[in-house]
Amino acid sequence: MNEIILEAKAISKSFHDPITVQVLKEISFSMHKGDFVSVIGKSGCGKSTLLYILSTMDTDYEGDLLIDNVPMRNKKEAELAKVRNEKIGFVFQFHYLLNEFSVLRNVMLPGLKLGIHSEKEVEERAYQKLKILGIENEAFKKPNQLSGGQKQRVAIARALINNPLIIMGDEPTGNLDKKNSEIVFNIFQELAEVYNQSLLIVTHDNEFAAQTHRIIEMEDGKIIKM
Amino acid sequence: MKYKLILSISKSLLLARWKQTLVAAIGVTFSITMFITLLSFMSGLNDMLDNLIINRTPHVRLYNEIQPSKIQPIDNYSQYKNYHNFVSSIKPKNERLEIYNNAAIIKALKKDIRVLGIAPKITAQVIYNVGAIDITGVINGIDVEAENKLFFFKDYVTTGNYIDLKNTPNSIILGKGAADKMLANIGDVIQVTTTKGDRMQLKVVGYFQSGLQDLDKVQSYASITTAQKLMGESNSFITDIQIKLKDMRSAPVIAIEYQKLFEVEAIDIQTANSQFETGSSVRTIISYAVGVTLLIVAGFGIYNILNMMIYEKMDSIAILKATGFSGKDVNRIFITIALSIGIFGGSMGLIFGFGLSNVIDQIPFNTAALPTIKTFPINYNPKFYMIGSIFSLVTTYFAGYFPSRKASKIDPVIIIRGK
Ligand SMILES: Nc1ncnc2c1ncn2[C@@H]1O[C@H](COP(=O)(O)OP(=O)(O)OP(=O)(O)O)[C@@H](O)[C@H]1O
Ligand SMILES: [Mg+2]
Repeated sequence: MNEIILEAKAISKSFHDPITVQVLKEISFSMHKGDFVSVIGKSGCGKSTLLYILSTMDTDYEGDLLIDNVPMRNKKEAELAKVRNEKIGFVFQFHYLLNEFSVLRNVMLPGLKLGIHSEKEVEERAYQKLKILGIENEAFKKPNQLSGGQKQRVAIARALINNPLIIMGDEPTGNLDKKNSEIVFNIFQELAEVYNQSLLIVTHDNEFAAQTHRIIEMEDGKIIKM
Repeated sequence: MKYKLILSISKSLLLARWKQTLVAAIGVTFSITMFITLLSFMSGLNDMLDNLIINRTPHVRLYNEIQPSKIQPIDNYSQYKNYHNFVSSIKPKNERLEIYNNAAIIKALKKDIRVLGIAPKITAQVIYNVGAIDITGVINGIDVEAENKLFFFKDYVTTGNYIDLKNTPNSIILGKGAADKMLANIGDVIQVTTTKGDRMQLKVVGYFQSGLQDLDKVQSYASITTAQKLMGESNSFITDIQIKLKDMRSAPVIAIEYQKLFEVEAIDIQTANSQFETGSSVRTIISYAVGVTLLIVAGFGIYNILNMMIYEKMDSIAILKATGFSGKDVNRIFITIALSIGIFGGSMGLIFGFGLSNVIDQIPFNTAALPTIKTFPINYNPKFYMIGSIFSLVTTYFAGYFPSRKASKIDPVIIIRGK
């Protein structure tokens, strides 16, 4: 068995506006290296909320989160930013690329921020990632010149640039048509099988979920099946 | 490496909204341009007006004054030492205006390292005789070369050559106003009478114009030997010693010191001309106030534009944060944007400010009162450029500070969820 890379211990979260509602109730689970996990559940059951906590962007919760066996509680904002930069690749439902930069530069930015490799190397790597996703020809376009499916692939390339421990996605195919969803899904599958990449993907697409290694099903802020 | 990245991100964000950025930069440019021009011009004018006085006023002047003796004979009488003595109708005794022992004093002054230069002088009350009419006046007997070195005598001799005063025996340079009254031309011989009644013929070799009309109606210049002859005194006679110091600000202290040391009267320039100091400092304050106001207005422009930019770039900021940029990085990016606007706008402002000052410097400005001034006066003091650049950086920094802080506090979850 592979080592554990992500562990949630009794994570709970409540919103207090306008009234106190507990959206996550003692969520506990763990992921191993190379796992391809999907999270499903009805709209409003707390999937996105959980993902924001797991990605360290939301720090307002009870319970413990361990990434790479390191507890995330009590870490400072800048330290969490570093964790996100090094260890987590995030793919959103909306592509969220920076239109001021070229496609290639968008992919490079987290790599440049990491600052381990020279700009030249980062550029080379970014190009490789675009190649894996089959969009190397668009490298020098601006993001707003791409189709939705292409943008999402650029976002995946960006998530991959620092060879993260885990890629998280919040309905990454939610905004795409059938064909593009399939392309993105195949990419995820290839990453999991060929590159042994760990993935945690929230989805509404049950067909998609069925093909992942493991399904976590949520309801009313609780895990009911995993 | 890290700063290079922040710089490149800032640059991209800036260029993406280059029109707004340009407007903000132009605001800074305009205010710095005006700041530089205003201060250069104002301080040029100030210097001109001050020089009117300061150039020709000694920092310390040593002289004798006719005044009653401070110690009356009764004070020396030991029996009445502890009494309060009333003496009425004291008159000044027959004391001469001459500075005694002036050769020794001058020698001592020349050794004083605080002293820049010394020019001896004789002030003689005279009456110019023009036909049947007499006009009162003052003849200053000067050491022509020392006077020129310390008080730029040459600049104020508008007609004729100042050195003729030294080279031509019994010559005089008349104040322009006095010359006009007497209808005296260059080369004419005029007659003057001293207060003691002695008469003397003097040859006019030039006109003098100080810029102060009242002065020019009265004052004339002769060489020190001519003045001594005129007054019938020996060649050791002088009435004033004019001193220029290396540091003008020390004048009041030194004046008091010399007064004690040489047992003469001493007056410093600050006491003699206090009103000028006040005038120029008020003018300086006004120009600074206007300049600073302009800069602050430009600062608000930058503040607005940055605020707007941050509003537009919410998504980008959220993404940067989600992909591992910290709040501090985001803060730095926006501060860099603000400072770039400040540096670019500010340096353009310095260049334009210099240009505009130069243009004003070329504009002819002729006035009878100021014979040495041909164009508007400009003071190209590097200090203004320093203050201008520091101020443009400080205002843009503060204009960027609050928007940047706001940007760094943006919570990516709220933005991403909000889509
Ligand atoms: N900022 C907030 N303030 C108050 N309640 C919130 C806030 N954000 C989310 N919620 C509530 O928390 C619950 C969980 O929301 P969440 O976005 O996690 O659902 P989800 O499972 O991702 O749904 P979907 O599948 O539609 O994306 C919802 O009931 C929602 O109304
Ligand atoms: Mg959701």
